[in-house]
Amino acid sequence: MLSSIRGFFERRAVLEVETPLLCSATGTDPQLDFFSSFYHCSPKDKEMFLQTSPEFAMKRLLAAGSGSIFQICKAFRNGEVGRFHNPEFSILEWYRLDFSLEQLMDEVAELILELLGTSVMGVHKISYTEIFEQLTGLNPLVFCQKKYADYAVTNGIKDAILLCEDDHSMWLDFIFSFKVQPYLDDDPLCMVYGYPAIQSSLARINDDNPAIADRFEVFVKGIEIGNGFFELSNANEQEKRFDQENEVRRSKQLMQVDKDEKFLDALRSGLPDCSGIALGLDRLLMVIEDTESLNDVIAFPFDRA
Amino acid sequence: MAKYSTNEFKAGLKIMLDQDPCAIIENEFIKPGKGQAFNRVKIRNLKNGRVIERTFKSGESVEGADVMDTEVQYLYNDGEFWHFMEPDTFEQYQADSNAVSEVVKWLKEQDICTMTLWNDSPLSVTPPNFVELAVADTDPGLKGDTSGGGGKPATMESGAVVRVPLFVQIGEMIRIDTRTGEYVSRVKD
Repeated sequence: MLSSIRGFFERRAVLEVETPLLCSATGTDPQLDFFSSFYHCSPKDKEMFLQTSPEFAMKRLLAAGSGSIFQICKAFRNGEVGRFHNPEFSILEWYRLDFSLEQLMDEVAELILELLGTSVMGVHKISYTEIFEQLTGLNPLVFCQKKYADYAVTNGIKDAILLCEDDHSMWLDFIFSFKVQPYLDDDPLCMVYGYPAIQSSLARINDDNPAIADRFEVFVKGIEIGNGFFELSNANEQEKRFDQENEVRRSKQLMQVDKDEKFLDALRSGLPDCSGIALGLDRLLMVIEDTESLNDVIAFPFDRA
Repeated sequence: MAKYSTNEFKAGLKIMLDQDPCAIIENEFIKPGKGQAFNRVKIRNLKNGRVIERTFKSGESVEGADVMDTEVQYLYNDGEFWHFMEPDTFEQYQADSNAVSEVVKWLKEQDICTMTLWNDSPLSVTPPNFVELAVADTDPGLKGDTSGGGGKPATMESGAVVRVPLFVQIGEMIRIDTRTGEYVSRVKD
């Protein structure tokens, strides 16, 4: 699979890069827990973080003039173990200069269709709002707690009411996970675009509709494989979002995270217009091999590592 | 009792849910891309045996249930309680009809059973996998009588009714699989 991926990018003149797994800063996303360690030095040991994704480092390369790049590497997310989650996992992440989101979506589709070895399958593209409304009758962009709660009761997910309360984003996560995603496997390759802005911290807000972001996700046989955006390049906007995320961390009694200043500096010096995406390679291999769990494709899953 | 966080959830873990002791059967970790993670859990209520599904926010904690299993020997019943004893410690337990309701027909004196205790009180009893009981009543089942197709019903000394081969007669000891309620074999003395 890896050599097919490398061949794919070589034919398109996209450069392969390698960036550190161990970094001096990490992301502020309250939904991402990270691993950290300490580098021995004086007077005080330096805290270093295992990357949750190569995004910041790769954007620094883009700002420095690398051109379109891709990377295959490990990423680490603390506290996530399950059929589709391993704390250490493989990511394929790439950025395309001057690609619109639609162009990137087409390229992702080409890659996945090539890896899956079927030329018969097409891509089903649908907007988040459309599929959400289609399957639940609810409007995901307008938060009406009563409507969502009534829906939860009539559709067997009343646990959501106490768990989500008035958190719009959490309601969307709950309903999408339980009532939308399970039906995406009707199409072998499905792309959902136009994610709500409240769920997309690193993506540019859509020019036409500020309630949605230029973000899409790729589902293969109903499994979430990738997350792509038209990248946010405005340093001030990005810094504001980091601050907002730290606020959320504070309110949930999670520790504060220092903003990645090297990354913000790179944005300030200018990130070219680009679209980028990250795919979970272990999950992709799962789908290609048609197995039930990550444990079947990872040599030593977390509890045997 | 200790608290368990969702990332400690696994099959067999005993927790308190809505005031009842429960056992986790299955735990699924669900996380939409960069979103809130949930645990969807299948749980058996150990009091009423019902299986329910519940969703938790990842990272939430629940109270553990003080539930443990112990090996006990069935002694007798006095009409109100069924009496058991731990063979090593001689500790005695009285189980009420709720605790033994499903297994009463397999209980034979002196057999070793597994008792589930909640806060040191009998919650339920599991009989041994195989039990040997005497047939108390059954039809003669003459050879050539094919009307039953797969055997005939027989009532055991404990009250259990089991389907047995036609050659089994009153007074014979037979071996029964308590998990399926099926006849296994005759017991030779």
